Amino acid sequence: MKRVAPYRAPHPGTQPNLLHPPYVSSIKRAPTKPLVAIPYTLSEVTGPSFDPGIVTPKASDLTRAHSGAPLGERIIVSGRVLDENSRPIPNTVIEIWQANAAGRYRHDIDQHNAPLDPNFTGSGQAVTDAAGRYRFVTIRPGEYPWRNHYNAWRAAHIHFSIFGPAFSTRLVTQMYFPGDPLMPFDPIFNCTADEKTRNRLISTFDWETTMPEHALGYRFDLILRGRDATPMEGK
Amino acid sequence: MSLQPTTSQTVGPFFKIGFEWLYRDNLIGEAVSGEHVTIQGRVFDGDGAPVPDAILEIWQANAHGKYDHPEDTQNKPLEAGFKGYGRVPTSADGVFRFVTIKPGPVPGPNGKEQAPHLAISVFMRGLLKRLVTRVYFPDDSRNASDPILNLVDPGRRATLIAKKTAATPGTLEWNVVLQGPEETVFFDLGL
Repeated sequence: MKRVAPYRAPHPGTQPNLLHPPYVSSIKRAPTKPLVAIPYTLSEVTGPSFDPGIVTPKASDLTRAHSGAPLGERIIVSGRVLDENSRPIPNTVIEIWQANAAGRYRHDIDQHNAPLDPNFTGSGQAVTDAAGRYRFVTIRPGEYPWRNHYNAWRAAHIHFSIFGPAFSTRLVTQMYFPGDPLMPFDPIFNCTADEKTRNRLISTFDWETTMPEHALGYRFDLILRGRDATPMEGK
Repeated sequence: MSLQPTTSQTVGPFFKIGFEWLYRDNLIGEAVSGEHVTIQGRVFDGDGAPVPDAILEIWQANAHGKYDHPEDTQNKPLEAGFKGYGRVPTSADGVFRFVTIKPGPVPGPNGKEQAPHLAISVFMRGLLKRLVTRVYFPDDSRNASDPILNLVDPGRRATLIAKKTAATPGTLEWNVVLQGPEETVFFDLGL
């Protein structure tokens, strides 16, 4: 069996540390012992794939999951999934979940006293096309309070989960909205030290995908880890 | 041109909404060969309290030691009923449980064989990026020469090996301990 090509390591500051004390939940949950470095083997460069039929076209429209239309501002969220070598990642599953327009999740443990919306579940799935493109229709999620610190509010966000081609490319992240005044105060948004990297979690308003008299478009590209095209040569 | 990979964020406490459609606690489809095993355990935080909002993902080879993935070019059979992926949340008391088959051995670095193992991702509120670990199997003589286990401090290797349970044959116990003396070994994959 030929040698397994490794995935690239991230540049310093471009991924969060496990312990980030301003995010209080990390204090009792981040491991305290150093992670053990291991070489890439077949187990890490392979990963799950799914029959594209597992995701129906309807699953990417979160405004049509119920008999009526959800309350809130209808939006289109689209983008591309690429690896760090700019290659599109086709046929990969993306999952999203989010609060409703009032800032409430349809989840048993969400105690925020904002109303639930009977016409909004807040979950969707899509599969990227041959060019790595995806598209969701949803409503803009509301900001909501949490108990991390006094008067703590999460900036509006949509959770994204993506598999990519391998166990090593699996990524869960969050997408934010341009101009949200809460971002500077949100310890989860700010967990990544590198400011440019952090700011790429902010979607951009996009005329191209905005539909006249229907919905504003926001663009959010996802970049998954890639591998060196050639074995490392002393750079 | 090189792009900067998207940075990781926590799954938060409400991932069930987004993940439940793909929960899979039984990896065994039709006509799958191999020894059936149930793996159950609990996830504990730094206070020793069970974690009720964690989710584990499993990735593994089939009983022949073949991954259902194009990069596995070994001359070993695939089985249509076995994809090798599982996803299980913890319950209110921090318990997870899944049913699968014991995988066959797969190649490791430098042509060395790896002992049978499951690759595991752990997500939860409080984790800003996932944790990566492995489950190995008890009483498997191949563990002693496994090239990955041998990178781990001998005193901590037991955290990666599931234990037999006296009560139920075929059920193995494996816990995820986030902090403390019994802390599970987590791997650095450059995440």
